[in-house]
Amino acid sequence: MILLNMIRTEQCFSHLITCTMKHVVKILSILVTISAIWVGLLQTSIVPRSHTWLLPIYFVVSLGCYGLLMVGVGLMQFPTCPQEALLLQQDIMEAKEFLKQKGVDVSSD
Amino acid sequence: MEQRKEEKNKYSIIIPTYNERLNIALIVYLIFKHLRDVEFEIIVVDDGSPDGTQEVVKQLQQVYGEDHILLRPRPKKLGLGTAYIHGLKHASGNFVVIMDADLSHHPKYLPSFIKKQLETGASIVTGTRYVQGGGVHGWNLMRKLTSRGANVLAQTLLWPGVSDLTGSFRLYKKSVLEDIISSVVSKGYVFQMEMIVRASRKGYHIEEVPITFVDRVFGSSKLGGSEIVEYLKGLVYLLVTT
Ligand SMILES: Nc1nc2c(ncn2[C@@H]2O[C@H](COP(=O)(O)OP(=O)(O)O)[C@@H](O)[C@H]2O)c(=O)[nH]1
Ligand SMILES: [Mg+2]
Repeated sequence: MILLNMIRTEQCFSHLITCTMKHVVKILSILVTISAIWVGLLQTSIVPRSHTWLLPIYFVVSLGCYGLLMVGVGLMQFPTCPQEALLLQQDIMEAKEFLKQKGVDVSSD
Repeated sequence: MEQRKEEKNKYSIIIPTYNERLNIALIVYLIFKHLRDVEFEIIVVDDGSPDGTQEVVKQLQQVYGEDHILLRPRPKKLGLGTAYIHGLKHASGNFVVIMDADLSHHPKYLPSFIKKQLETGASIVTGTRYVQGGGVHGWNLMRKLTSRGANVLAQTLLWPGVSDLTGSFRLYKKSVLEDIISSVVSKGYVFQMEMIVRASRKGYHIEEVPITFVDRVFGSSKLGGSEIVEYLKGLVYLLVTT
């Protein structure tokens, strides 16, 4: 199974344009790219080393914050539709009336 | 010279049912009320409901005609995914609509699905609760929290290109549904998510229309158990296979 996947991944790299990569490969490539940039920063020490060492922590923390923020905002703006429940009740009454006339069993027990 | 008449679209509405005797009657009435000038058929796939759903469907056939309401039952409860496949085999339309029987999916939105498809030529039109004009009624805070969390996670990891992954009120070109349904293996909520993610990866044109979702009034939900765990497993599965 793993071997198969490896063969597939290799095929992906050889026909990068035509072959669709598995999604996890895309995400891993992004992570690898980010790590490469980080290692580059560490070695060239453009930024002070002590700062660079902390970057992965900043990255993880900001990712977490992003997630929490999105969930929070989503919760606060959660679209609700109380009026739809009332409309549905009307539709149900109307349907029951009609169906009863036509001899369909709509008794709810 | 022969003038080719434009072929008329036909919509096959597949409704899986398990213990929905009241809901199926109500939804059929509402479908006929809201679908006026289109050709359609309703395919009810009932899994041997003990509550007499099939008797009600037969009564409905007397009222609306057997060519409009097709009962395609199965002997026992075999699950939702295979119910769609079963219904699809009997569909004669060039478009297929999939919706739940429990009135959470209101038939009044059917015209907007059809209109959107005609305007855009999309292969799939999917109902979304999370845009302007959409919404949910009847969920408690916990249910909302899980829904939001699941959605953020899926959006961040899968980039599916649609805003509502687990909704199951959808219109498909029949050939497209046949193409993707055969490669889908998940069950439960993940089933709907896998369908739309696979369709998106295959490059099918997907459009969205807002729908409102009112939690079921009659009967009880059949999905349940450890939904969150199943969902997470499904997410990982989709990450490595699509
Ligand atoms: N044929 C068939 N229909 C099912 C089965 N399980 C659920 N359904 C139907 O699928 C639809 C959605 O199910 P529901 O229990 O409302 O799921 P929920 O809305 O996610 O809670 C309803 O119309 C059910 O009657 C099954 O095993 N077989
Ligand atoms: Mg439901």
